[in-house]
Amino acid sequence: MRVSSTRTLPQVETEGTQQRHAERRFLRLLAYATMIALVLIMILPFGWMLSTSLKTQQYILRTPPELIPNPLSFESYTQLAERIDMGRTFFNSVFVAVVGTAGQLLVSSMAAYAFARMRWRGRNAIFLLYLATMMVPSVVLVLPQFIIIRLFGWANTYQALIVPGLFNAFGTFLLRQSFLSLPRDFEEAAFIDGANHFTIFWRIILPLSLPALATLTILSFMGSWNAYLWPLFVARNQAVQTLPVALGVLQAGPRALTEWNLVMAGAGISVLPILIVYLFAQKWFVQSVVSNGLKG
Amino acid sequence: MRVMVAGDTGWQKWKWVLFFIVPSLAGLLIFILIPILTSVWLSFQDWNLLSPPEFIGLANFQELVNDASFWQALQYTLGYILLYLPAAFVLGLGLALLLNQKLRGVVIVRTATFLPVVASWVVVSLIWKWIFNPQYGLINYGLSLLGISGPAWLFDANTALYALVITSVWKDLGYVAVLYLGGLQSISPIYYEASQIDGASAWQRLWFITLPLLTPTMFFIVIILLINSFQVFDQFWLMPMRDSAADRQVEAIVTAVVKNAFSYNRMGYASAMSMVLFALIFIVTFVQLRLQNRWVHYESE
Repeated sequence: MRVSSTRTLPQVETEGTQQRHAERRFLRLLAYATMIALVLIMILPFGWMLSTSLKTQQYILRTPPELIPNPLSFESYTQLAERIDMGRTFFNSVFVAVVGTAGQLLVSSMAAYAFARMRWRGRNAIFLLYLATMMVPSVVLVLPQFIIIRLFGWANTYQALIVPGLFNAFGTFLLRQSFLSLPRDFEEAAFIDGANHFTIFWRIILPLSLPALATLTILSFMGSWNAYLWPLFVARNQAVQTLPVALGVLQAGPRALTEWNLVMAGAGISVLPILIVYLFAQKWFVQSVVSNGLKG
Repeated sequence: MRVMVAGDTGWQKWKWVLFFIVPSLAGLLIFILIPILTSVWLSFQDWNLLSPPEFIGLANFQELVNDASFWQALQYTLGYILLYLPAAFVLGLGLALLLNQKLRGVVIVRTATFLPVVASWVVVSLIWKWIFNPQYGLINYGLSLLGISGPAWLFDANTALYALVITSVWKDLGYVAVLYLGGLQSISPIYYEASQIDGASAWQRLWFITLPLLTPTMFFIVIILLINSFQVFDQFWLMPMRDSAADRQVEAIVTAVVKNAFSYNRMGYASAMSMVLFALIFIVTFVQLRLQNRWVHYESE
């Protein structure tokens, strides 16, 4: 597509080309109109969330709805703080996402090293097993994982939120691909200098695989920060509850039909951090999400 | 030729292999492989989490066949897919074609359409639940400006599905477009140059070059969207208004599994349901793979 507008090839000026120019101008206009409409459709709901969260209780139920809150009120945020221990919930989300991501990076990269940089009997068979588990839908895993968590006595603990997520085979798969692409020269030189496998893994392979590690970091962090189904069943207790679960509880409460300013304030607090990180690291987010799709 | 290095023989080597693989493999065994086998086993049991599980053969599956609420969940899930998939597929393609143009401001569009992809399903569900509010929401206000009195959306079992689909398409549009973009950018410019010499119009180029060469990407996208949408949960769980007709009726397969497991404590029955879902996804993917050579063109052919 790009080619059409930039390359100039010898062309004969005919009526046809003139008509084509007019057509192109019309298409360009249409494209810009569509672009503006798209941006509005994508941003407006978030703006409406923010606007609603800054309105008072009676003001949100007014018709016609007004986009700019007047008077501006932070009532919903203070009320939200009374209803949910926001500091605690926010900390839980951050803690679970950070520890879970770090853990998944370590576990996956170690396994990926064994698969990509070492030769051992049974390696391919075990790797096939990893690939096979990627095809099982998560709902098949949820019930037995829940039973295992109960067996371990982990209900309503951070372990329950973090540990099962560490062993997602996709992380190993992604990093293995990246490790395979590195040349052998570096590590051979290091071996001759007497380095052991851990030194090579830690000092050579990991630093050379930063793009793949960044991709997995984003995927893992986003997955954990946004997770709902699993935390809903293993961590309902307020002490370990994460933002999405707290939000779900808030919106299902008895007064939920009218307290939309509170719900939107909670939604805003939960979505803003990740949107801000996204705006600064867009390229990485897009690439990560695409690579996650590729596992299918 | 294998280079022999220190500590790379016999037991020394295995110690290192185990060091690297055991944390991952042990976890995979406990939290993935055993759960998969347990799920299969559970689907033949009757178990309420309190008394010991009891083997009941195929009774769970027999009950499923006659369970009207399961058929309803299946119906809603298929209805959702039937509406969501074509919309996401076509609109995503349109967006990708737009993003692939050399136009000023295209970056802003990409950034904006990807915002909902990054946001969580919970946040997106709640925002749109408020937008679809029949009395105070933006959608019905917009419709009222056009002189239309909007429906009850998430209160009504019939219209709730449309609200869910609209929300889902809004959230996934940027994702689908970015998947398409990868395919679009891998089409060799040679084809377009050749067609320009032949005097093909933009529409002809789209129809005879871009779309046929994009079919492998389309195939991939259809499979991904199908697998994902069979497992739809968050929006079905959160969006229907509490205690409304929609809340009582609108059900996806996964929400039905979760209700049976955690509200009715029917672990065996819920497992059987999840097995059926797994089988459905497997069959649909398999059929797609078999049908692919009817419409997918690979460049090397």
